[in-house]
Amino acid sequence: MAALPTKSLIVALLLSLPAIAWAQATPEFPELTGRVVDRADMLSADVETRLSQMLQAHEQASTEQVVVVTLPDLQGFPIEDFGYQLGRHWGIGQEGEDNGALLIVAQDEREVRIEVGYGLEGRLTDADASVIINRIITPAFRQGDFQAGILNGAAAMIQVLGGEPLAAPQGQQPGAGQEKPKAGLVALLFILMMAVTFFIGSRGGRGGRGGAALIGAALLGGAMGGRGGGFGGGGGFGGGGGGFGGGGASGGW
Amino acid sequence: MGTLNKPFQARTFWRFTSLMALVLMLSGCGINNIPSYDERVTAAWSQVENQYQRRADLIPNLVETVKGFAAQEQETLTAVIEARSRATSIQVDESILNNPQKLQQFQQAQGELSSALSRLMAVSERYPDLKSNQNFLALQSQLEGTENRIAVARRDFIQAVERYNTELRTFPGKIWHSLLYSDLEPRANFEATAQDADEAPAVQF
Repeated sequence: MAALPTKSLIVALLLSLPAIAWAQATPEFPELTGRVVDRADMLSADVETRLSQMLQAHEQASTEQVVVVTLPDLQGFPIEDFGYQLGRHWGIGQEGEDNGALLIVAQDEREVRIEVGYGLEGRLTDADASVIINRIITPAFRQGDFQAGILNGAAAMIQVLGGEPLAAPQGQQPGAGQEKPKAGLVALLFILMMAVTFFIGSRGGRGGRGGAALIGAALLGGAMGGRGGGFGGGGGFGGGGGGFGGGGASGGW
Repeated sequence: MGTLNKPFQARTFWRFTSLMALVLMLSGCGINNIPSYDERVTAAWSQVENQYQRRADLIPNLVETVKGFAAQEQETLTAVIEARSRATSIQVDESILNNPQKLQQFQQAQGELSSALSRLMAVSERYPDLKSNQNFLALQSQLEGTENRIAVARRDFIQAVERYNTELRTFPGKIWHSLLYSDLEPRANFEATAQDADEAPAVQF
């Protein structure tokens, strides 16, 4: 009887060896406690709630996951290394779509990074991320207003992800800003049309009648499907399994 | 007939069950590891290729922009263009993964392009008009992002190759390799030729 615990102990030890070896090569990641992980205590409860609500609304509208992280330090890793590994570790963004993004603030190193998942690199480009950091976040940080910097930075990320360009800096064509919403509308209509034809097409084969009801159902189904996202329903928030490849930008203050 | 049939059926049943059990056990033993790790390596490689390509695509635009403000830096600009054409002239396909020399050549050409680029960025520091140009700032952040993506893709590739090669050389992968996958060879990996070859070159602005 006494031999059994020792044996299982050895087995457990052997099994954990690779994990120990692995742990040395990667930083220790904080737990994903919500859409705002304020490990460095830079945000008040009020701001944290507002941020969480904003990020949650964005996910419900688009399934894209944006997470704000503040860290006391980076455990000696460059912020670029830390960022993409943290994104992968948490799996921010939906699996297959890789539509997640992180806003990382490292207090001791005085560094900020916007880490963008594979699927959002086209919309939240490195240039956009760099502009958000250098024009919105770090100026506020330099004045000591961390809450405003983080809040406005996250809002700007969501604005860009939603298809709206940032407020034009000097020397940009005024026309560019007005065309974007139209393009978005056209795209939305197109997607709706596609959804409708797809549903009718797939049902038609089985001798579907009552087209109007079908279209209604299809639209409803499409809308529900879009919101079905991959996060656990019961109040908790989890990553959907998105991937990161080092896109984004960094800055310091 | 009916009396003969029953034991026969039972035997086929047991044969089938043990076959299924064997299959399950085998897949538990990592019989599929070698091909799936191999797929991982090729996927990681295409990501590396993509990111280098992305950098190569950025360069003409960057060179044009810098030229507009700092045409007198002809030498640095030409160095970048030449390094780019050398790097893109190397044909990269999956066969490069079985060819350490070619991989090294590819790596060296990309490394030269990296240092030519960082010289260009260092030079552009001297031109205030260029440094405040929106177009240049955007290109600069894209270049930084791409260098970072290259670093990530390279690291993923190195890890994938390491895992694949380790699987070929250790038990039980070694057995599967000699039995079933003897056509798959160890893959060439990136080597740290320079001391900091693993790192993206620091582009200081």
